[in-house]
Amino acid sequence: MAMARAATTADAFNAVAEPRRRQILDVLAGGERPVNDLVYVLGLPQPQVSKHLRVLREVGAVDVRDEGRQRFYRLNGHALKPIHDWVKEYERSWSERFDRLDAVLEELKEKEEGDGSGK
Amino acid sequence: MAVASSGTATVTLPTDEQILITREFDAPKDLVYKAWTTPDLVKRWWSANRGEVTVAEIDLRVGGKWRYVMIAEGGFEVGFHGEYREIVPNERIVSTEVYEGIPDAEAEAALNTLTLTEADGRTTLTILAEHRNKEGRDAHINSGMEAGMQDAMDLLEEVAISLS
Repeated sequence: MAMARAATTADAFNAVAEPRRRQILDVLAGGERPVNDLVYVLGLPQPQVSKHLRVLREVGAVDVRDEGRQRFYRLNGHALKPIHDWVKEYERSWSERFDRLDAVLEELKEKEEGDGSGK
Repeated sequence: MAVASSGTATVTLPTDEQILITREFDAPKDLVYKAWTTPDLVKRWWSANRGEVTVAEIDLRVGGKWRYVMIAEGGFEVGFHGEYREIVPNERIVSTEVYEGIPDAEAEAALNTLTLTEADGRTTLTILAEHRNKEGRDAHINSGMEAGMQDAMDLLEEVAISLS
Protein backbone atom coordinates (compact mmCIF):
# COMPACT_ATOMS: atom_id res chain seq x y z
CA MET A 1 0.00 0.00 0.00
CA ALA A 2 2.69 2.41 0.90
CA MET A 3 4.51 3.75 -2.03
CA ALA A 4 7.88 5.42 -2.15
CA ARG A 5 7.72 9.01 -3.16
CA ALA A 6 10.23 10.70 -5.39
CA ALA A 7 12.69 12.50 -3.14
CA THR A 8 12.42 15.64 -5.21
CA THR A 9 8.94 16.33 -3.91
CA ALA A 10 9.78 15.96 -0.22
CA ASP A 11 10.02 19.66 0.42
CA ALA A 12 6.57 20.47 -0.84
CA PHE A 13 5.14 17.58 1.19
CA ASN A 14 6.75 18.78 4.38
CA ALA A 15 5.76 22.35 3.74
CA VAL A 16 2.06 21.53 3.61
CA ALA A 17 2.19 19.10 6.54
CA GLU A 18 2.18 22.01 9.03
CA PRO A 19 -1.36 23.17 9.90
CA ARG A 20 -0.50 26.88 10.03
CA ARG A 21 1.13 26.74 6.65
CA ARG A 22 -1.89 25.00 5.23
CA GLN A 23 -3.98 27.79 6.71
CA ILE A 24 -1.83 30.33 4.91
CA LEU A 25 -2.24 28.43 1.65
CA ASP A 26 -5.99 28.30 2.18
CA VAL A 27 -6.13 32.05 2.62
CA LEU A 28 -3.95 32.61 -0.44
CA ALA A 29 -6.12 30.27 -2.48
CA GLY A 30 -8.62 33.12 -2.40
CA GLY A 31 -6.14 35.48 -4.02
CA GLU A 32 -3.04 37.53 -3.39
CA ARG A 33 -2.74 39.07 0.09
CA PRO A 34 -0.38 41.41 1.89
CA VAL A 35 1.54 40.07 4.89
CA ASN A 36 -0.51 42.17 7.29
CA ASP A 37 -3.68 40.41 6.17
CA LEU A 38 -2.12 37.03 6.86
CA VAL A 39 -0.98 38.13 10.31
CA TYR A 40 -4.50 39.30 11.03
CA VAL A 41 -6.25 36.19 9.72
CA LEU A 42 -3.92 33.73 11.45
CA GLY A 43 -3.82 35.68 14.70
CA LEU A 44 -0.11 34.93 15.11
CA PRO A 45 2.78 37.27 15.79
CA GLN A 46 4.32 38.57 12.57
CA PRO A 47 7.70 36.80 13.10
CA GLN A 48 5.94 33.43 13.21
CA VAL A 49 3.92 34.18 10.10
CA SER A 50 7.07 35.30 8.34
CA LYS A 51 8.80 32.08 9.32
CA HIS A 52 6.02 29.99 7.79
CA LEU A 53 6.00 32.14 4.68
CA ARG A 54 9.72 31.62 4.33
CA VAL A 55 9.28 27.83 4.34
CA LEU A 56 6.52 28.10 1.75
CA ARG A 57 8.67 30.36 -0.39
CA GLU A 58 11.58 27.95 -0.20
CA VAL A 59 9.54 25.16 -1.75
CA GLY A 60 7.97 27.56 -4.21
CA ALA A 61 4.45 27.12 -2.82
CA VAL A 62 4.05 30.89 -2.64
CA ASP A 63 5.44 33.75 -4.67
CA VAL A 64 6.14 37.19 -3.31
CA ARG A 65 6.29 40.68 -4.76
CA ASP A 66 6.91 44.05 -3.23
CA GLU A 67 4.70 46.97 -4.02
CA GLY A 68 5.60 50.17 -2.29
CA ARG A 69 5.98 49.30 1.37
CA GLN A 70 3.71 46.31 1.11
CA ARG A 71 4.82 42.76 0.54
CA PHE A 72 2.25 40.63 -1.28
CA TYR A 73 2.07 36.84 -1.28
CA ARG A 74 0.25 34.62 -3.69
CA LEU A 75 -0.20 30.89 -4.20
CA ASN A 76 1.84 28.97 -6.75
CA GLY A 77 -0.20 25.85 -7.46
CA HIS A 78 2.52 24.30 -9.59
CA ALA A 79 4.73 23.70 -6.58
CA LEU A 80 1.98 21.65 -4.96
CA LYS A 81 1.31 19.63 -8.07
CA PRO A 82 3.71 16.82 -7.01
CA ILE A 83 1.34 15.99 -4.17
CA HIS A 84 -1.55 15.79 -6.57
CA ASP A 85 0.53 13.68 -8.94
CA TRP A 86 1.56 11.37 -6.14
CA VAL A 87 -2.04 10.49 -5.32
CA LYS A 88 -2.78 9.96 -8.99
CA GLU A 89 0.19 7.64 -9.30
CA TYR A 90 -0.89 5.70 -6.22
CA GLU A 91 -4.36 5.36 -7.68
CA ARG A 92 -2.98 4.23 -11.00
CA SER A 93 -0.91 1.47 -9.43
CA TRP A 94 -3.96 0.16 -7.59
CA SER A 95 -6.03 0.32 -10.77
CA GLU A 96 -3.44 -1.82 -12.51
CA ARG A 97 -3.47 -4.26 -9.64
CA PHE A 98 -7.24 -4.52 -9.72
CA ASP A 99 -7.27 -5.05 -13.48
CA ARG A 100 -5.08 -8.08 -12.94
CA LEU A 101 -7.27 -9.21 -10.07
CA ASP A 102 -10.23 -9.06 -12.46
CA ALA A 103 -8.50 -11.60 -14.70
CA VAL A 104 -7.81 -13.90 -11.75
CA LEU A 105 -11.45 -13.65 -10.66
CA GLU A 106 -12.72 -14.49 -14.14
CA GLU A 107 -10.66 -17.65 -14.00
CA LEU A 108 -11.95 -18.58 -10.56
CA LYS A 109 -15.53 -18.06 -11.74
CA GLU A 110 -15.03 -20.27 -14.78
CA LYS A 111 -13.43 -22.92 -12.64
CA GLU A 112 -16.37 -22.92 -10.22
CA GLU A 113 -18.85 -23.23 -13.06
CA GLY A 114 -16.73 -26.00 -14.54
CA ASP A 115 -16.93 -27.86 -11.25
CA GLY A 116 -20.68 -27.81 -11.61
CA SER A 117 -21.08 -27.11 -7.93
CA GLY A 118 -23.34 -24.18 -8.63
CA LYS A 119 -22.00 -22.46 -5.56
CA MET B 1 -12.87 14.17 -1.68
CA ALA B 2 -12.62 11.74 -4.51
CA VAL B 3 -9.57 11.98 -6.66
CA ALA B 4 -10.66 11.67 -10.26
CA SER B 5 -9.68 8.31 -11.66
CA SER B 6 -9.16 7.12 -15.18
CA GLY B 7 -9.31 3.52 -14.03
CA THR B 8 -11.94 2.11 -11.75
CA ALA B 9 -10.08 2.29 -8.45
CA THR B 10 -10.89 5.34 -6.40
CA VAL B 11 -8.51 6.77 -3.83
CA THR B 12 -9.89 9.19 -1.28
CA LEU B 13 -8.37 10.80 1.79
CA PRO B 14 -11.05 10.83 4.50
CA THR B 15 -8.85 12.39 7.19
CA ASP B 16 -5.23 13.42 7.64
CA GLU B 17 -4.50 9.93 8.98
CA GLN B 18 -6.38 7.85 6.43
CA ILE B 19 -6.37 6.63 2.86
CA LEU B 20 -9.37 4.83 1.41
CA ILE B 21 -9.25 2.74 -1.76
CA THR B 22 -12.51 1.53 -3.33
CA ARG B 23 -13.18 -0.78 -6.26
CA GLU B 24 -16.09 -2.92 -7.45
CA PHE B 25 -15.58 -6.39 -8.88
CA ASP B 26 -17.82 -8.52 -11.06
CA ALA B 27 -17.48 -11.55 -8.79
CA PRO B 28 -18.93 -12.81 -5.50
CA LYS B 29 -17.03 -11.88 -2.36
CA ASP B 30 -15.81 -15.38 -1.56
CA LEU B 31 -13.86 -15.40 -4.82
CA VAL B 32 -12.41 -11.95 -4.19
CA TYR B 33 -11.38 -13.14 -0.74
CA LYS B 34 -9.80 -16.23 -2.23
CA ALA B 35 -7.82 -14.19 -4.75
CA TRP B 36 -6.76 -11.86 -1.95
CA THR B 37 -5.58 -14.55 0.47
CA THR B 38 -4.10 -17.30 -1.72
CA PRO B 39 -0.34 -16.78 -2.25
CA ASP B 40 -0.23 -18.19 -5.80
CA LEU B 41 -3.09 -15.93 -6.81
CA VAL B 42 -1.66 -12.87 -5.06
CA LYS B 43 1.51 -13.36 -7.05
CA ARG B 44 -0.48 -12.92 -10.22
CA TRP B 45 -2.01 -9.56 -9.46
CA TRP B 46 -0.27 -7.74 -6.63
CA SER B 47 2.65 -6.41 -8.68
CA ALA B 48 0.27 -4.45 -10.90
CA ASN B 49 2.15 -4.08 -14.18
CA ARG B 50 5.29 -2.95 -12.45
CA GLY B 51 7.35 -6.02 -11.82
CA GLU B 52 7.27 -9.57 -10.57
CA VAL B 53 6.10 -10.77 -7.17
CA THR B 54 8.81 -13.06 -5.82
CA VAL B 55 7.46 -13.59 -2.31
CA ALA B 56 3.84 -13.90 -1.19
CA GLU B 57 3.64 -15.42 2.27
CA ILE B 58 0.28 -15.50 4.00
CA ASP B 59 -0.27 -17.05 7.42
CA LEU B 60 -3.97 -16.30 7.56
CA ARG B 61 -4.83 -16.35 11.26
CA VAL B 62 -4.97 -13.72 13.95
CA GLY B 63 -1.36 -13.06 14.94
CA GLY B 64 -0.12 -14.66 11.72
CA LYS B 65 2.34 -12.82 9.49
CA TRP B 66 2.27 -11.85 5.84
CA ARG B 67 5.03 -10.67 3.55
CA TYR B 68 5.07 -9.63 -0.11
CA VAL B 69 8.16 -8.82 -2.12
CA MET B 70 8.25 -7.50 -5.63
CA ILE B 71 11.16 -7.03 -8.00
CA ALA B 72 10.24 -3.78 -9.66
CA GLU B 73 11.26 -2.72 -13.10
CA GLY B 74 14.84 -1.57 -12.86
CA GLY B 75 15.69 -4.48 -10.58
CA PHE B 76 15.14 -3.04 -7.13
CA GLU B 77 13.27 -4.96 -4.46
CA VAL B 78 10.20 -3.60 -2.74
CA GLY B 79 9.02 -5.44 0.36
CA PHE B 80 6.02 -5.14 2.64
CA HIS B 81 5.04 -7.20 5.64
CA GLY B 82 2.66 -7.19 8.56
CA GLU B 83 0.52 -9.15 10.97
CA TYR B 84 -3.13 -10.16 10.84
CA ARG B 85 -5.18 -8.64 13.64
CA GLU B 86 -8.73 -9.60 12.74
CA ILE B 87 -10.14 -12.05 10.22
CA VAL B 88 -13.76 -12.52 9.18
CA PRO B 89 -13.63 -14.94 6.24
CA ASN B 90 -15.01 -13.49 2.99
CA GLU B 91 -15.78 -10.17 4.66
CA ARG B 92 -13.03 -8.43 6.53
CA ILE B 93 -9.31 -8.53 7.27
CA VAL B 94 -7.51 -6.13 9.57
CA SER B 95 -3.74 -6.22 9.36
CA THR B 96 -0.69 -4.10 9.94
CA GLU B 97 1.52 -3.07 7.06
CA VAL B 98 5.16 -2.12 7.15
CA TYR B 99 6.91 -0.71 4.11
CA GLU B 100 10.42 -2.13 4.33
CA GLY B 101 12.00 0.61 2.26
CA ILE B 102 12.12 3.23 4.98
CA PRO B 103 14.27 3.59 8.11
CA ASP B 104 12.66 2.51 11.39
CA ALA B 105 9.94 0.86 9.35
CA GLU B 106 8.34 -1.14 12.19
CA ALA B 107 7.49 1.93 14.19
CA GLU B 108 5.76 3.38 11.18
CA ALA B 109 3.33 0.56 10.46
CA ALA B 110 -0.07 1.39 9.09
CA LEU B 111 -3.26 -0.43 10.02
CA ASN B 112 -5.18 -1.68 7.00
CA THR B 113 -8.80 -2.78 6.96
CA LEU B 114 -10.07 -4.71 3.97
CA THR B 115 -13.83 -5.05 3.62
CA LEU B 116 -15.80 -6.99 1.02
CA THR B 117 -19.50 -6.31 0.50
CA GLU B 118 -21.55 -8.26 -1.99
CA ALA B 119 -24.70 -7.19 -3.81
CA ASP B 120 -26.23 -8.93 -6.84
CA GLY B 121 -23.15 -11.05 -7.34
CA ARG B 122 -20.85 -8.03 -7.42
CA THR B 123 -18.39 -7.16 -4.68
CA THR B 124 -17.34 -3.77 -3.45
CA LEU B 125 -13.86 -3.86 -1.99
CA THR B 126 -12.51 -1.15 0.27
CA ILE B 127 -9.11 -0.79 1.88
CA LEU B 128 -8.77 1.74 4.64
CA ALA B 129 -5.17 2.50 5.60
CA GLU B 130 -4.80 4.42 8.82
CA HIS B 131 -2.28 5.54 11.35
CA ARG B 132 -3.05 5.27 15.00
CA ASN B 133 -0.72 7.86 16.50
CA LYS B 134 1.37 10.88 15.78
CA GLU B 135 4.52 8.80 15.23
CA GLY B 136 2.84 6.81 12.52
CA ARG B 137 1.34 9.89 11.00
CA ASP B 138 4.68 11.65 10.96
CA ALA B 139 6.25 8.58 9.43
CA HIS B 140 3.84 8.91 6.58
CA ILE B 141 5.27 12.31 5.85
CA ASN B 142 8.44 10.43 4.99
CA SER B 143 6.86 7.53 3.17
CA GLY B 144 4.57 9.42 0.89
CA MET B 145 1.14 9.43 2.46
CA GLU B 146 1.54 12.18 4.94
CA ALA B 147 -0.89 13.99 7.13
CA GLY B 148 -2.08 17.13 5.55
CA MET B 149 -2.57 15.72 2.14
CA GLN B 150 -6.32 16.05 2.40
CA ASP B 151 -6.00 19.76 2.95
CA ALA B 152 -3.48 20.00 0.19
CA MET B 153 -5.81 18.17 -2.15
CA ASP B 154 -8.74 20.37 -1.23
CA LEU B 155 -6.55 23.34 -1.82
CA LEU B 156 -5.38 22.03 -5.16
CA GLU B 157 -8.94 21.56 -6.23
CA GLU B 158 -9.47 25.23 -5.58
CA VAL B 159 -6.50 26.18 -7.68
CA ALA B 160 -6.95 23.50 -10.32
CA ILE B 161 -7.68 26.08 -12.95
CA SER B 162 -4.24 27.57 -12.51
CA LEU B 163 -2.67 24.16 -13.06
CA SER B 164 -4.19 23.51 -16.43
